Amino acid sequence: MRRTVFPHKLLPWLLLAPQLAITLIFFYWPAAQAFRQSVLREDPFGLSSKFVGLANFRKVLNDPAYLNAMQVTVVFSVLVAFFAMGIALFLAVQVEKIIRGKGLYRTLMIWPYAVAPAIAGMLWLFMFNPSFGTLAWPLRQLGIAWNPLLNGDQAMALVVAAATWKQISYNFLFFVAGLQAIPKSLLEAAAIDGATKRHAFWTIVFPLLTPTTFFLLVVNTVYALFDTFGIIHAVTSGGPGKSTETLVYKVYNDGFVNLIMGDSAAQSVILMVIVIALTAFQFRFIEKRVHYG
Amino acid sequence: MKTVNLCVVGLMALPVAAQAQTEISWWHAMTGANSEVVEKIAADFNASQSDYVVKPVFKGTYPETLNAGIAAFRAGQAPDIIQVFDVGTGVMMGAQGAIKPVAEVLTEAGFNFDKSEYLPGIVGYYSSPAGEMLSFPYNSSSPILYYNKDIFEKAGLDVNTPPATWAEVWAAARQIKSSGAATCGYTSTWLTWIHTENFAAWNNVSWASNENGLAGTPELAVDGPLFVKHFQEMADLAKEGVFVYGGRTSEAKQNFTSGECGILTESSGGLGDIVKAGINYGIGQLPYDESAEGAPQNTVPGGASLWVMGGKSDEAYKGVGTFFNYLSQTEVQQYLHEVSGYLPVTMAAYEATKSSGFYETNPAREVPITQMMGKEPTENSKGVRAPNLPQIRDILNEEFEKMLAGQQTAQEAMTAAATRGNAAIKDATGG
Repeated sequence: MRRTVFPHKLLPWLLLAPQLAITLIFFYWPAAQAFRQSVLREDPFGLSSKFVGLANFRKVLNDPAYLNAMQVTVVFSVLVAFFAMGIALFLAVQVEKIIRGKGLYRTLMIWPYAVAPAIAGMLWLFMFNPSFGTLAWPLRQLGIAWNPLLNGDQAMALVVAAATWKQISYNFLFFVAGLQAIPKSLLEAAAIDGATKRHAFWTIVFPLLTPTTFFLLVVNTVYALFDTFGIIHAVTSGGPGKSTETLVYKVYNDGFVNLIMGDSAAQSVILMVIVIALTAFQFRFIEKRVHYG
Repeated sequence: MKTVNLCVVGLMALPVAAQAQTEISWWHAMTGANSEVVEKIAADFNASQSDYVVKPVFKGTYPETLNAGIAAFRAGQAPDIIQVFDVGTGVMMGAQGAIKPVAEVLTEAGFNFDKSEYLPGIVGYYSSPAGEMLSFPYNSSSPILYYNKDIFEKAGLDVNTPPATWAEVWAAARQIKSSGAATCGYTSTWLTWIHTENFAAWNNVSWASNENGLAGTPELAVDGPLFVKHFQEMADLAKEGVFVYGGRTSEAKQNFTSGECGILTESSGGLGDIVKAGINYGIGQLPYDESAEGAPQNTVPGGASLWVMGGKSDEAYKGVGTFFNYLSQTEVQQYLHEVSGYLPVTMAAYEATKSSGFYETNPAREVPITQMMGKEPTENSKGVRAPNLPQIRDILNEEFEKMLAGQQTAQEAMTAAATRGNAAIKDATGG
């Protein structure tokens, strides 16, 4: 095989420049700032600044509120990723079975993705706010003491539901594409061999969907960790108590509400490490079980 | 040919005109009707003289405006004037070098600044421990009691006598619930501001050491017996379903305007929404605890004030001083008070509103002022200050929520809040 050699030395760099510039300005530079801030203790205005080494990290990691935020994040992320992917897969499989109006159903399923997180949060809040929520009243009539303003588990259920609802569309889209890529001949052969629908799904469809599922797992984890900030901010602001305060919400709260820059920066750095580790772990171990066909 | 000439002349004239006028930027957090007041005041000031142009810019909620100001200062792009809410006062006071005291700005601009012309309760809150006025009190409010007269009537309560003490509030609230007049007896916005900060001042008990933090670093005293008693009573009412919790800020107003709750404690600045809701409401003083000695004392202001940022030109400061002087004029203050529901800042404006007969037609509008001015403030009632008050309020709210959910008693909640709050203060002061 002949290797193609491009004569230009400068052109590739020029073509890469916009992307490099964006990455440098919007990722490396802020990340470097976060590292710098995380070893300093500063007043909000930056009038006095003191180097404290790793003291901010020690403080954050010994803070029971931080450990609580970690727990909340794990519970929240696992629930959101599980439900968002599970429900999307179920819906995608059901839509495939429809003969008429497939396109319409698909379009309707994809719609919620266009809704901004904060708006999605407000929608759910309007439905389930204990004082003016349209669905809170029937819930109470059913004898459920619905009050997410004081009940932490109910508040968690509410933000998980809102975050899941918003992400289902995205997952649905990928699962539909994944399902369409599965050759019909395989399913027909299985049917001839006398496999039941359920059996065919778990032995043929699901394994062939693993690349999609794996990709979505990574995306959904990152989504649950970061993109759900708007929903939590709009629905619970981390309350009641600290029962829906995730790691990202705590970074915001400590940095922009309580104005403790050093702690907030140290938390961002820890969060960055967690995400890198998590993604690396997913690629190293879970990907081994992915069947690329 | 003529039009071309005119254009050239016009172009040449523009920069000259722009140079002659100094621009003053004013970042604020006012929405709705209150933002129209900001625009009108700025426009009137600009029309009243030709040396300065005040440009108001809306920057989002109170915390967002404060954050925008801080970020801009760090980038060397701070505005001339920034509106900062009451809880941000400690943060601004700690930022010496980032701000310029208002008293200094006014004096240097050549105006005769006399502190005694201003309402003492308000000006005291925005002054340094040495007594220098640091920021200009633009919009001040005070918490009052609202009640639904229709619900009172249905419950067999006296429609013309609002409950005056907390014990009376609890009794009325229980009667509202048990008589079936409403599903909820009582609710309140801003538990921290109304039930700790104002509760302390109004009942003359200490919220924190060092004059509640005004004279130095505070150590919280919110685990005192009167607070514990008060919050245990609220926790009991919550358990009975008589008290309904609405949220950390002003969400509970909804529970009142929707007719779900019969009694509400809320800022006087919330009046507009209650009028708009069209319910048959009455207003009373903030309730006090009859077992507290000397209660009711006086309430402390909430709302926001205008801070002048440091490092600006002399010309800009002269403009800011001229603008603040304009703001404190009686007609401007009277307009601000009558339209927005916030309190007037000067004695003259208060007197003018009184003599105009405004309070005779709107008697409720005087309640927040008389509450604040009723008595000479004591060391417990000048207001509260902490370098990290937003964080302290968060901590208190978290403990209240756990208490109201039945996870802990009032004693446990207040002890935990004081312990956690004091640790946070110690940390914020670098101790």
